Amino acid sequence: MSVAQPQQPMGSALNPVGEHLRVVPRRSSVVSRFADFSFQGLVWLSAACVLAIVAFILMQLIKGSSLSLHQFGWKFFTGSDWDPVNGNFGSVPFVYGTLVSSLVALVIAVPLSLGVAIFITEMCPRSLRGILSYLTELLAAIPSVIYGMWAIFVLIPLLRRYIGPALAKTFGWTGLFTGPIYGGGMLTAGIILAIMLVPIISSITREVLTAVPHQQREAALALGATRWEMIRVGVLRNARAGIFGAIILGLGRALGETMAVTMVIGNRPKITKSLFAPAYTMASVIANEFSEATDDLYLSSLIEIGLALFIVTIIVNILAQFLIWSVTRGTPRRANV
Amino acid sequence: MGVGIKVENLNAWFGKHQALHGINMDILPNHATAIIGPSGCGKSTFVRCLNRMHETNPDARAEGKVQVKDMNIYGEGVAPVDVRRRIGMVFQKPNPFPSMSIYDNVAAGLKLNGFRNRKKLDEIVEKSLRSSALWDEVKDDLKKKSGASLSGGQQQRLCIARALAVEPDVLLMDEPASALDPISTSKIEDLIFELKENYTVVIVTHNMQQAARVAEFTAFFLLGKLIEFDKTEKIFTTPTDKRTEDYITGRFG
Ligand SMILES: Nc1ncnc2c1ncn2[C@@H]1O[C@H](COP(=O)(O)OP(=O)(O)OP(=O)(O)O)[C@@H](O)[C@H]1O
Ligand SMILES: [Mg+2]
Repeated sequence: MSVAQPQQPMGSALNPVGEHLRVVPRRSSVVSRFADFSFQGLVWLSAACVLAIVAFILMQLIKGSSLSLHQFGWKFFTGSDWDPVNGNFGSVPFVYGTLVSSLVALVIAVPLSLGVAIFITEMCPRSLRGILSYLTELLAAIPSVIYGMWAIFVLIPLLRRYIGPALAKTFGWTGLFTGPIYGGGMLTAGIILAIMLVPIISSITREVLTAVPHQQREAALALGATRWEMIRVGVLRNARAGIFGAIILGLGRALGETMAVTMVIGNRPKITKSLFAPAYTMASVIANEFSEATDDLYLSSLIEIGLALFIVTIIVNILAQFLIWSVTRGTPRRANV
Repeated sequence: MGVGIKVENLNAWFGKHQALHGINMDILPNHATAIIGPSGCGKSTFVRCLNRMHETNPDARAEGKVQVKDMNIYGEGVAPVDVRRRIGMVFQKPNPFPSMSIYDNVAAGLKLNGFRNRKKLDEIVEKSLRSSALWDEVKDDLKKKSGASLSGGQQQRLCIARALAVEPDVLLMDEPASALDPISTSKIEDLIFELKENYTVVIVTHNMQQAARVAEFTAFFLLGKLIEFDKTEKIFTTPTDKRTEDYITGRFG
């Protein structure tokens, strides 16, 4: 083994006097070029890896679901019969459950999140701003199984005893709040999803609102806008696309959320108008039935549901990122206010 | 018609830092008054006190008396929102609403006031754009183009139209041309000259030639104090105060 030599600049042997004074040794351009090159390569490699993983998952999903794809074709997405015993698989109840629970979640979470974001960026005292945003973001760090447990022990009893009957009484005529109130069901899943979405939607909305230039607020104020008018004309209007993106991103999260929903939605593949009734989602059916899907067609059908969920969430997320980026790109952060 | 502004013992603070010290000034109606002085001397703070925009900064406050026509804008029970509707402001950097059409930009102030009459709105939008000398350039795509699609100089004239649309008594301008090219600048200067017929104009400028060109009166500020306020001619030829003279002749600032 050779002893490690201190790195000497190439020129030092030729000009020992001059080089003596140099404190920082000069790297040879070959070395620095190599470092640059390998760093670049590493970055590209990681980026390629991510893409490869996505492509690989997609391939596996397609391969795994080929049996069901061939057997049912488009009927898989129009049939509502899910009958593993007779080998009949239609995914409509799960698609319905996923869409409706996500929709309920958005209906509750969007106004709440916008309120939180507007309050934090525009109204609350600056001393509270940091701690409040931190607390809302902390909600996002809670594992979803904990949300599920909380829903079972707190939300479901509350729904069964107070909220459910009240809703049935006031909004029963809509047909959305009728029938027996088990506690678990579509509404419960929607509420728990909503709570999980608030930190996501509100923190991105907050970022988007902060990116709106301060001059826009001043322009509105100078026209004699009240504080709320200033927020509406000078801020929200400019942030529309980004807020929409935040909502779509939340939607993407809601579509794929599995654990908490599975714990409270009731897991019954039936389409019912009433939100009190149990339902089933795409993610929950995969989680629940994967281990018991012994025959190939059953397994393949579950994988096809996974494929559909994968494609939809990827598209939704790309759309969301694009919208958010369209607002936040290039806008300088405002100095104060 | 413009109205005069009588400023008495106006003080302004940013937190603990006092940015304006006991300013007294009598601004004549239907004239342009230029505010000059070195950077950081309180020019912007002063004009922003004239429409109560100053206090929208965090921790900022102002005290004193600013009489505009029959109203002391710092008087008890006077809402800043009402003050700002009567005293328009144009900022250094053009700030049209990018998500609104040209038309909606001009109409924005009126719509905030609950003005909904379409025909009347059309009239006012046209009149405002004419007074800001932008009408001919944008009349064909009023509702098609966004306010942000115009050039910098056009954007600034759009902002002037937006301020004029609510028919203010006074127009405050904080370095309205400093972000613009020479041609746009001279357009804005011509415009100020015309606006004086109907409005009282207060214009902050770093450019002494500009002050000399557009304003009959000039106020020189230094370190938050009003040093000298007189006819522009007098300020630029025979100033009374040594500090004004030093600034005018470029010995500092
Ligand atoms: N948002 C702020 N917060 C705290 N201090 C401020 C703020 N804005 C201005 N100041 C201070 O108030 C004083 C006056 O500032 P002002 O902006 O009125 O100067 P100005 O004459 O308009 O300068 P310029 O010619 O550079 O625009 C300065 O000392 C400045 O540091
Ligand atoms: Mg200034």
